[in-house]
Amino acid sequence: MIGRHRHLTGLEGLNREEILQVLDLATSMKEVLSRPLKKVPSLRGKLVVNLFFEASTRTRSSFEIASKVLSADAVNWTASASSVTKGETLIDTARNLEAMRPDVLVIRHPAGGAPQLVADHVACAVVSAGDGAHEHPSQGLLDCFTLREKLGTLEGKTVAIVGDVSHSRVARSDLHSMPKLGARVRLCGPPTMMPAGIERLGGCSVHHDLREAVEGADAVVMLRIQHERIGDPLIPGTREYSKLWGLNARKAADWLTPGCVILHPGPINRGVELSPEVADGARSVILDQVQNGVAVRMAILYLLAGGSPAEVHPAGGARS
Amino acid sequence: MSEASEVLFIEGGRVIDPASGLDGVRTVVLRGGRVAEVAERVERPRDARAIDARGKWVTPGFIDAHVHLREPGQEYKETVETGARAAVAGGFTAVLAMPNTVPPNDTVAVTELILARAARAGLARVYPVGCISKGQKGEELAEMGELFQAGCVAFSDDGKPVSSSGLMRRALEYALTFGVPLAVHEEDLALVGKGVMNEGPAATRLGLKGNPAQAEEVMVSRDVALAELTGGRLHVCHLSTAGAVRAVRAAKARGLRVTAEVAPHHLVLVDEDVARSGYDTDFKMAPPLRSEADRAAVQEALADGTIDCIATDHAPHSAVEKALEFDVAMNGIIGLETAFPVCLALVRAGKLTERRLVEALTLAPARIFGLPGGTLAPGAPADVAVLDPGAEWRCDPERLHSKSRNTPWKGTSMIGRCTHALVGGTLVHELARGER
Repeated sequence: MIGRHRHLTGLEGLNREEILQVLDLATSMKEVLSRPLKKVPSLRGKLVVNLFFEASTRTRSSFEIASKVLSADAVNWTASASSVTKGETLIDTARNLEAMRPDVLVIRHPAGGAPQLVADHVACAVVSAGDGAHEHPSQGLLDCFTLREKLGTLEGKTVAIVGDVSHSRVARSDLHSMPKLGARVRLCGPPTMMPAGIERLGGCSVHHDLREAVEGADAVVMLRIQHERIGDPLIPGTREYSKLWGLNARKAADWLTPGCVILHPGPINRGVELSPEVADGARSVILDQVQNGVAVRMAILYLLAGGSPAEVHPAGGARS
Repeated sequence: MSEASEVLFIEGGRVIDPASGLDGVRTVVLRGGRVAEVAERVERPRDARAIDARGKWVTPGFIDAHVHLREPGQEYKETVETGARAAVAGGFTAVLAMPNTVPPNDTVAVTELILARAARAGLARVYPVGCISKGQKGEELAEMGELFQAGCVAFSDDGKPVSSSGLMRRALEYALTFGVPLAVHEEDLALVGKGVMNEGPAATRLGLKGNPAQAEEVMVSRDVALAELTGGRLHVCHLSTAGAVRAVRAAKARGLRVTAEVAPHHLVLVDEDVARSGYDTDFKMAPPLRSEADRAAVQEALADGTIDCIATDHAPHSAVEKALEFDVAMNGIIGLETAFPVCLALVRAGKLTERRLVEALTLAPARIFGLPGGTLAPGAPADVAVLDPGAEWRCDPERLHSKSRNTPWKGTSMIGRCTHALVGGTLVHELARGER
């Protein structure tokens, strides 16, 4: 359980304490990852199934590694999303998998709400690994974890999120978590990429000028620009996008405060939203995010699979 | 209809008949399939049959201008018979059958099949609606003349808009020959895009693609302009937005022949209910549930007559098409058996008078589509609904008469229920005693 929750389908329903519960435990988990023998028996005998309806090597591997470090068995199941007329329905797929008695079902799906639909029909815990443009809760949590690690706290900090917010589940999960930890969020991008009423999610302001959004920010989250959005038509092209909303070394040097860190959920379109010098530069914490992703997912799996505290707890989090 | 020649007394009910301006306790006498008399005191022969309507409303049978009966072609969702059964259980003694069947009702053969099935069922009156375009493809006009002669009372490509302005113009002109309205599904598909719910904060939070209210407003505005150009009769189906209300109000003020209907769900539900339901696909329909402001606008427009009538857009779908991701589930919900209690709640909330409610369910659709009924005036067809406005019941989809179960009101408690429905003097529905 994460606080009151048996499933993790999004961060909208999580309160500050529940978010901190995961982040605190992830700190202990990160310590496990730094050991020479990266294995603890906490989830021995537990089965985690990764049910992916969208290609995602990164997130799937992260969950898989998290399962294995905790000694759970992990199985990957790749499927294609159903249409009304052909293929097995999502509910049928989920019930089939459930019959194999997993403890946690990790699901990624192109349709918003798909993990909720699965959670309504199975007995095991369901973790969303991203659904449509809805939420990507583990990414939101690892972003918070990384910010807390790099900035010390999110309290009073300003985070700019730049890019296609309308299609971004990462932006939504960040918006449902960072303000709860005390951060202010500035969203930035062309108006075509700002979904209706996004400001009503709370804790954020909307900007169209990159400089205005990133100046004075403590962190900048750059979102991936998907090539299929061009001609959608949300933007005329990537060339103009990178000029107006991309971050290069010159803009970073001129506009960012010295301590400002740069995050990206990956995979990066080098030269579009981030120039290579920035992506690989000193401010970039993108690879820390990847490592922290494993720790955060360990914490999520541990809490939802009902792990035992054995050998996880030097930092104390797992026992509390 | 052996009972048609008999005499039936509906005694002691509150008779609400907007056509004659009557609202009071009366006895309605039906004879030979027609209304014979509505009077305060009538002597009933000892052997005459009677319905005790004390404490109930007695109204003209409801007329639903927008129902999908799914036959021919999708009988697993609904048939003419099951749909007509659901209709009379909800107080509807007449329904307009929308033409998006498989194949669509663009030929006399389909029209005749629907009429034959309806006659065999012997429940509600079923008035077929023919296609505007062949195959509902939006390319060529359907043979409206033949369809009209076969019994179609209106034309529609419902389920889809008529995207081509040129075709819409010609359809409005051509239909003038027969004096019937075009009932139009108003959405600009380029604006709808891949939208699956109303564009706004709820869709943004749920991560679902939005369908903006302006997709409807743009098309209603276009068709109002075309109604002006052609002098044709435009009936706006399931109007759902404040912008479309403004367009219809302005059109009426200018004397154009424009009418509109609203569905019960757009009168009471909003896009935030999709969020509250947790992606329940029984909250998915086209047009989608709109914002609070849109809901307030359609309520007000119904009350002031800008929106003429209430039509359910009864759209049965099987679980196969609904127990899916929100993105891919089919649009539509059933509505015949819940329309009265759902709309009656608006009366209790002070948004609608009882008389206006009854008018919007009876007289208004009868006038728009030139149908008999819609009134209890002597000589009118003996199509009558007896309604218990205080009956409390729980909406259990398993116990509804429709073949499908896709209702957002599943499990909720309702107040108001039809206890008797008569078509041509024949009792076609009587609520079981145990349910009353």
